[in-house]
Amino acid sequence: MKLSLGPIPYYWERQRVFDFYERIAYTAVDIVYLGETVCSKRRALRLSDWFGIARRLTDAGKEAVLSTLTLIEAESEVSYMRSLVENGHYPVEANDMAAINMLEGVAPFVIGPHVNVYNNRTLELMAHAGARRWVMPLELDHDSLAALQVGRPAGLETEVFVYGRLPLAFSARCFTARAHNLPKDDCGFRCADYPEGLLLRTREGESFLSINGIEILSGDTYNLINEVGAMRTMGVDVLRLAPQPQGMLEIIETFRRVMEGNLELSTADAILAMQHPDGFCDGYWHGTAGMNRVHNVSQ
Amino acid sequence: MELVCPAGSLPALKSAVENGADAVYLGFRDGTNARNFPGLNFDLDEARQAVKYSHQRGVRVFLAINTYPRPSQWKKWCRAIDQAATLGIDALILADSGLMDYTARAYPDLRLHLSVQGSATNHEAIDYYVRHFGVRRVVLPRVLSLKQVQNVLTRVEAEVEVFGFGSLCVMVEGRCTLSSYVTGESPNSSGVCSPAKYVKWEESSIGRRSRLNGVLIDVYAPGESAGYPTLCKGRFEVGGNIYYAMEEPTSLNVLDILPELMRAGVAAIKVEGRQRSPAYVAEVTRTLREAIDSCAVDPETFSPEVRWVEQLDKMAEGRTHTLGAYSRPWQ
Repeated sequence: MKLSLGPIPYYWERQRVFDFYERIAYTAVDIVYLGETVCSKRRALRLSDWFGIARRLTDAGKEAVLSTLTLIEAESEVSYMRSLVENGHYPVEANDMAAINMLEGVAPFVIGPHVNVYNNRTLELMAHAGARRWVMPLELDHDSLAALQVGRPAGLETEVFVYGRLPLAFSARCFTARAHNLPKDDCGFRCADYPEGLLLRTREGESFLSINGIEILSGDTYNLINEVGAMRTMGVDVLRLAPQPQGMLEIIETFRRVMEGNLELSTADAILAMQHPDGFCDGYWHGTAGMNRVHNVSQ
Repeated sequence: MELVCPAGSLPALKSAVENGADAVYLGFRDGTNARNFPGLNFDLDEARQAVKYSHQRGVRVFLAINTYPRPSQWKKWCRAIDQAATLGIDALILADSGLMDYTARAYPDLRLHLSVQGSATNHEAIDYYVRHFGVRRVVLPRVLSLKQVQNVLTRVEAEVEVFGFGSLCVMVEGRCTLSSYVTGESPNSSGVCSPAKYVKWEESSIGRRSRLNGVLIDVYAPGESAGYPTLCKGRFEVGGNIYYAMEEPTSLNVLDILPELMRAGVAAIKVEGRQRSPAYVAEVTRTLREAIDSCAVDPETFSPEVRWVEQLDKMAEGRTHTLGAYSRPWQ
C-alpha cells in the first residue's frame, strides 16, 4: 500500500509552497499531487514552478502527478489545463470531465475525487479512457468501495482520501471575498491570509465548515486511520492525505508507521488528536452523515 | 427558445401544460431522481398518463434519472431506465456516465440530455458526453456568467438548456456534498438536499431556530419570516460576523437577459421546482411564457414588464430575485 499527498487546497505564498515540498521530499510519501485545484486566479506559482517541484520530488524518488482545476468555466482555464495535459513528462490527475476528454487516448491519468465515479460501469468507462488510478468520491462508503473493488478493471489502482478537511462543495462565488465584502474580480487574494481556511461556525459557536475561496471544506478533519487495515484487506492501493500547514510531517509519519504495523492505533489516534483540537469525523466511510464520528478513540 | 417546466405531480404537470410549457420534466417516485421528496413524483402508470396528456396537447416530456447509483443500486436504476424507455418520452435526463453508457447501448434511439447534476461547465466536458453517448442537450450548472454561456454555445455540438427561474443552487450541481456531510443524504446519492426529515424547528424567547440533523442553520427573530433551512442558505458566524455566509434565500430570474440568451442560441429555459405546488407552476409558467413570446417578437426592444417581475417575486424564495452567476458582480 502506498501513501500519497493530495494537492494543497489553500493559497499559500510562493516560498511557503517551495519550503513545504522541500520538506516533503524527505518524508515517506510515495506520490505527490501538485498544482492549483481550487481557483485559477491564484498564480503565485507558474506552471514552470510546478514542473520544477515535480522534478525535485521525482529526483527524491516520489511519483509526481499534476492535478487540474476542479471547476473549469473560462476559456483561459481550458487553455491552462491543456498545457498541463500536454506536459509530456508527468501524469495528470483529472478533476473535471474536461480533463478526461483531453487525456483520453493521449496519456494514462488519475481520476480525481471530484469526478463522480459511483459504480462499476463508470469505473470501466474511465479505465477504457486511460485511467490507471482513481480516487474514490468522498461521500462513498466502505460497502460501495468493497463492491467496486470486486469488479475493478485490471490494472486500475484505487486511492482513498483518508485524512484532512473534506472538500465538500465548489461554487462560482468566492466565499472568502464575500466574507470581506469584496467582489470576486477584485478579491485582493484575501484567501492567502487563511493558510488553513476561514472557519465558519454555527450561531452556537460550533465549528462547522471551512471557507477556502470558491471551495467549502468540512470543519472537522476526516480521519480514517482506524480503517487502514480494512483498506489493505480490500485491496486499496493508495491512501491519500490532504496537505495542511501544521503537523504534516508527523501526520505522514503516523500513517506510514500504522501502514507498516509499527504503531498501535491508540497511540496513532493520540498523536493525530494533538494536531487537531477541532475534532475528527469519519461518517462517510461508515455510510452515515459525513460529520459523524463513528469510531471512538476509546474503541 | 423552449420553456421547460417542472412537474412534481400530475396536477402540477397539467398546470404547466395548460399555461404554455413547451416541455415538462418529471421523475419516478424514488431515489433515481434529484427531487426525491415525500409525496412527489410519478409511478409508472402516472408517468404513462402524464405522457399521454402532454403529447395530446403537443407538449414534450423529459424524464430525469439524474442521481448516481452505487453498486447496490445499479440494477434498480437500470430497471428505471428500462421502464422509462417504454413510456414514449421525448428525452431522458441522466447525470451518471455509467447509466448513459447503458442507455446509449440498450436504447440507441432514446434521446439523451445531460442533467445539471453532470457538472458540465465547459465545452471540453460537454464534448466527452456528446462523443461517447450522443448526448443531444446539456443543462448547464448555475455557475456560469452570461459570457461563459455564450462561449460554450459557440463550441459545442449539443443544444444548451439553462436555468431561468427558481431556487438558486450556489454550488456547482453534482459537486456539492454539504447535505450528506450533515445528514448522510445528498443530491448525488439520494436525490435530496437538506431533507425535511432532518429538519427541526424550535421556539424560544429569542425566536425560532431551525436545525438540520442537530446543526443550527438559522435563528429568526420574532416576526421575521422563516425560510426552509437549506443548509447553504442559513446564517452563520465567520470572523465575528453573522450573515448569510454562502447564499441568502433568493430565486434566480433571467428576465433581464432573455434577449441575450435567445441571441446566443440557448435552446431552452428551465424552471426549477418539482417540489412546488400546481399554483406555483401555473403562475411561473404563464409569466415566463408571456415574457419569452414577447422577447421572440422583438428581442431588440424587449424589456421585462413590471408586472412579470412582481408576479415572479411573489413566488420567489425570500420574495426576491437575482441574476445569479450570469451577472459577474454577483459572484
